[in-house]
Amino acid sequence: MSDEANKGLLSPLRRKLLMGMAAVPAITMLPRASFAQAPATSAVNTTGLAVTDTEVTVGILHSATGTMAISETGSIEAEKLAIEQINAAGGVLGRKIKFIQEDGASDWPTFAEKAKKLLVNDKVAAIMGCWTSASRKAVLPVMEQYNGMLYYPTFYEGLEQSKNVIYTGQEATQQILAGLNWIAKEKGAKSFFFIGSDYIWPRTSNKIARKHVENVLKGKVVGEEYYPLGNTQFNSVINKIKLTKPDVIFTDVVGGSNVAFYKQLKAAGIDLSKQALLTISVTEDEIDGIGGENIAGAYACMKYFQSLDNPNNKAFVPAFKKMWGEKTVIGDVTQAAYLGPWLWKLTVEKAGSFDIDKIAAASPGVEFKGAPEGYVRIHENHHLWSKTRVGRAKLDGQFELIYETADLVEPDPFPKGYQ
Amino acid sequence: MTENRFFNRSEFIGILLLAVFLVVVLPLTLDVFRLNLVAKYLTYAFVALGLVICWGYGGILSLGQGVFFGLGGYCMAMFLKLEASSVENTKIQSTPGIPDFMDWNQITALPLFWKPFHSLTFTIAAIILVPGIFALIIGTAMFKRRVGGTYFAIITQAVAAILTILIVGQQGYTGGINGMTDLRTLKGWDIRPDHAKIVLYFFEVGCLFACIMIAQFVRHSKLGRILVAMREKEDRVRFSGYSVANFKIFAFCIAAVFAAIGGAMFALNVGFMSPSFVGIVPSIEMVIYTAVGGRLSILGAIYGTLLVNFAKTSLSETFPELWLFGLGGLFIAVVLAFPNGLAGIWSDYVQPRIDRLISSRKPKPEGWTDSSVADGAPAE
Repeated sequence: MSDEANKGLLSPLRRKLLMGMAAVPAITMLPRASFAQAPATSAVNTTGLAVTDTEVTVGILHSATGTMAISETGSIEAEKLAIEQINAAGGVLGRKIKFIQEDGASDWPTFAEKAKKLLVNDKVAAIMGCWTSASRKAVLPVMEQYNGMLYYPTFYEGLEQSKNVIYTGQEATQQILAGLNWIAKEKGAKSFFFIGSDYIWPRTSNKIARKHVENVLKGKVVGEEYYPLGNTQFNSVINKIKLTKPDVIFTDVVGGSNVAFYKQLKAAGIDLSKQALLTISVTEDEIDGIGGENIAGAYACMKYFQSLDNPNNKAFVPAFKKMWGEKTVIGDVTQAAYLGPWLWKLTVEKAGSFDIDKIAAASPGVEFKGAPEGYVRIHENHHLWSKTRVGRAKLDGQFELIYETADLVEPDPFPKGYQ
Repeated sequence: MTENRFFNRSEFIGILLLAVFLVVVLPLTLDVFRLNLVAKYLTYAFVALGLVICWGYGGILSLGQGVFFGLGGYCMAMFLKLEASSVENTKIQSTPGIPDFMDWNQITALPLFWKPFHSLTFTIAAIILVPGIFALIIGTAMFKRRVGGTYFAIITQAVAAILTILIVGQQGYTGGINGMTDLRTLKGWDIRPDHAKIVLYFFEVGCLFACIMIAQFVRHSKLGRILVAMREKEDRVRFSGYSVANFKIFAFCIAAVFAAIGGAMFALNVGFMSPSFVGIVPSIEMVIYTAVGGRLSILGAIYGTLLVNFAKTSLSETFPELWLFGLGGLFIAVVLAFPNGLAGIWSDYVQPRIDRLISSRKPKPEGWTDSSVADGAPAE
């Protein structure tokens, strides 16, 4: 410890001497600025955030306990990995990132309480966090009131845009439309059956999908059904599917319900290698629970698969497994969570400041070339430009990339003609 | 002099100490963020207070108090949400002037049952009456048929589950699982800044003491004694010519109204209401607060609520991944070692010493024998 402290002291001292020779008048006028090896804290932090000459504190706010823990753990791990890598590469504006982790406990008001604690008590410079739309909706007023910055990783329903949030997952149109276009063209699909969990994200996603199917693809939605979160009885809807014989089953069932849904689908004799099924809610994480043999053949449409073949991803996957174990899998949201700390670092460096207002203003146009999904860029509306991909589930629980959009898809949280 | 219809001397001292603690000590020692957390904890104290009357004295265990907390909270939240959804605040929507979640669910006009919630007077009446009448209906249906004990507890659980499913399922009208978020102003007065939080805290403490007074009054009245008698030997009370059902309904209704006031305070202080306070789990948690505090003690329930919630916050801040185990351990320890909760510890260990201290200085005043939890041994 003391060795490190000494080392830390020496170099600014040496710098001070060097600078002193060059600029004696400046130093006498600004004695404090000369001590910092990086830009002075007073210059990069004018609003009293938790930034010292050597450290900057951020918050991690996910559910480590409760029903959502199974999904959010991957995000926590990805964010910790990113922070470690950034620190190893020299930190942000010469400062090491320190994080304070809080547990949202799968309970939305707890999320709001903890977000407030992080902003008001701990004065964190940014929060990486939230997963469900409900937790984000609970946290959003807090972020806006106390002027914080949230990096939100999950693909979500859109219809939202805030100065105080960077959405590193895809909004609904970005995720869905390319997938529907592909399946309509590739499979000649005309009739669709929608099945979702009953809350805002599936309902909004299906609303957008319905408009697209009816107005753009000139197809037909032959059924639309919703089930409460955690539901495990899908027999009635499976019977309806058998009766209506849709070209495509389009699902946004979330969480543990997926396990029951795909097992019952298989038990009912619906063979996913013949019956096309497009899901926007099953990532590698969910397949871990469903079992590859129950879902093999299904198509998923999102922006990232663990199997992506590019140099960034080839470095990211082993690094993740080295830190968190060989058996871990990496889903779409985990990757999006990994982007959060990096995008924040790049934005802070572009703005030359930790101030929230300056980061919010500097965010549009920030590019991250090292993203495992490939190149991403922040849009004016604080969402990311990203590619949309379709993968096919394999027996081993991984996805095989089938299709990806040629260009980055523009994020459009308030889509005209889809509301 | 201190013997009256509300409290005896030791209770008077207890209430005075609580008042000093809540009105002077906490506001002086805590920053606004922590004080607002205390305000949130105290909203559950209303529920715990109702449970002391209903469960501790009346012997009616309700595992569905979240229903009434939720009804009160949703009434308040509907009023606040309407105010936050003015046409200018919501011009980004396809139908401006309605709450945002209605717009997401393709509802284009304000539903009829929402309209009265434009009025604050109506809202305040609804906070009291809606849960009160609902409890009256459930209570009448159950107690007139002499359904009690475990069966009653199970039915209250079922009601909690039904209401949650209803709220989650009708998301166009209720906000679904997201709940009602982003509540901003009360009659144009912004409830979010720090000074508003302080005002709301003191308002809430005032309401809490009003409820404590009502609870004390019930306890010291003939009604309170009949409730205890009923808990101990229901048939004897019935054979003495009292209508047991009516007394039970009354205790259940008063607990429901207290819970609803707590819910309304929650919506005001936290700026948020969601179905996660309505269901089975929060309802059981509320019973735990009462058990930890001591179900026979009005003040104990309040300290119990504060202690459990404070432990919840601080444990989860310190051990984000393990805190639930710590909390579980606390419950088991309290129930095993101190079946009468905090109040039991006080009356068994602390109170006798204080009494001895006082009586060694001056002769013991006559007629003063009650301690704060002395009336009635535990039911089991």
